[in-house]
Amino acid sequence: MADDRRVAVLGAGMHPWGKWGRNFVEYGLAAARAALDDAGLSWTDVQFVSGADTIRNGYPGFISGATFAQALGWSGARVSSAYAACASGATAVAAARAQILAGLCDVALVVGADTTPKGFFAPVGGERRDDPDWLRFHLLGATNPTYFALYARRRMELFGATEDDFAAVKVKNARAGAANPNARYRQEVTAEEVLASPMVADPLRLLEICATSDGGAALVLSSMDFARRHAGGSTPVSIPAVSTVTPRFPQTVIEMPNFATDSAVAVGAVDGPGFRRSITAAAYEEAGIGPEDVDVAEVYDLSSALELDWYEDIGLCKEGEAERLLRDGDTALGGRIPVNPSGGLSSFGEAIPAQAIAQVCELVWQLRGRAAGRQVDGARVGVTANQGLFGHGSSVVVVR
Amino acid sequence: MTTKTRVPAVEGWFTAEGGEPALLGSRCRSCGTYAFPREAFFCRNPACDSSEFDEVPLSRRGRVWSYTDACYTPPAPYVAADPFVPFCIAAVELAAEKMVVMGQVVPGVTVDDLAVGDEVELVVDVLYEDDEHEYLVWKWKPVGATSGGARG
Repeated sequence: MADDRRVAVLGAGMHPWGKWGRNFVEYGLAAARAALDDAGLSWTDVQFVSGADTIRNGYPGFISGATFAQALGWSGARVSSAYAACASGATAVAAARAQILAGLCDVALVVGADTTPKGFFAPVGGERRDDPDWLRFHLLGATNPTYFALYARRRMELFGATEDDFAAVKVKNARAGAANPNARYRQEVTAEEVLASPMVADPLRLLEICATSDGGAALVLSSMDFARRHAGGSTPVSIPAVSTVTPRFPQTVIEMPNFATDSAVAVGAVDGPGFRRSITAAAYEEAGIGPEDVDVAEVYDLSSALELDWYEDIGLCKEGEAERLLRDGDTALGGRIPVNPSGGLSSFGEAIPAQAIAQVCELVWQLRGRAAGRQVDGARVGVTANQGLFGHGSSVVVVR
Repeated sequence: MTTKTRVPAVEGWFTAEGGEPALLGSRCRSCGTYAFPREAFFCRNPACDSSEFDEVPLSRRGRVWSYTDACYTPPAPYVAADPFVPFCIAAVELAAEKMVVMGQVVPGVTVDDLAVGDEVELVVDVLYEDDEHEYLVWKWKPVGATSGGARG
């Protein structure tokens, strides 16, 4: 794989996920220091700080790059802050990668952290009658799980997915998450427990919907040349592709926070892949690989049912075959292509700006063979997939 | 008997004139692309740079693309009845407009009453109320259902 698209991952670090109730800066700082330690670098070696923003923590959250830089101690490093909903972390990775590939810096630090309120995500405060995110709560009472549930019901209708399948995804991810010291939920669950948990948005139950969490994640990225000098010639884990594509018109699947899809009257339905599929397809193309090359995947399981959609959208199987993959154990630890060995959102809950970074952290540890208790043997190629609000999504390829 | 004034919970998104409730969308004068809610200054079609749109009523009937319910009270700015009464939400495919539009389903309908592909029609119903007003919104009502909604 040519160097011209790759950046090295020298360090990965996290603050454990939970409901700690402290300031988000504390989590980001802990994650940044852990990543720098992991890289064997000091803060003053960092030339570019790339923050992933949080919108629920006041002004410091909107300029997260500067907030983290100040917390680490002003050093004169250049800075960027990015918001892209659930894909914010990957957008921050993309900004750092572009700086490195352009030769504008050698070492960059990417940080995302969040402190979340209890319960359903609500729109940010104030009466904003021109904001679809405010209006969907006001006029429809449509929460995030409403949309996840619409996809889940559609999947049952089209492909014969069952409530047992959705519960099995949760059981699988809880088992993996139990071995992950950074996960918030570290208890195995049984299918019976999942199916006995309260219905939130039919057909999705409480244990199948991702919680909102506090947490922080960070990466130290560098040029491949710097990494080889720094590591004494050994080849580091690297990132050959970051996709942050937008949807293509007409987007015919209802997406948060919209009231309606695009109209396909003028141009007909898109012939190519849907949005979720296009996110990872672009990453594969950029990396020069295909889904058959992937050893391990971290996908955005906002609900247990949505993980099944991702199996198809990242190309692990054809449309309608995800349930078979699951039932055959292919995506469990020890299976042919383990998905969410970290435990996924199911075990973490969502700390929005940290989440896409955390996905990459997990792949880095997997590819280094350091994911104790949940290791995918011999993993050399990993892919992440993520979808957020307002046409944001991301996919990152990580290779060894 | 209520004497409250009935007002739309949102201005200009739907009409109930003449007893024929309909969503008000926009249709691009150049390429024909519909939008809901209305677009006023851009067409979503990347091949179209038109800025002229007609306000049009959307199809009053469609088929359920998918559906779910809200078993827990949604957070503000949703104004929930106390005690909270769970409700259904449907995403409904409109054939002529080739688009899917979400809406609450009229009270009294549960997920057990719904199926993908079912025909539903648009009604106007009360979303919430205060001391002086009833605030109205569009809802989907299964065709053939005998109760709920259609009070607009």
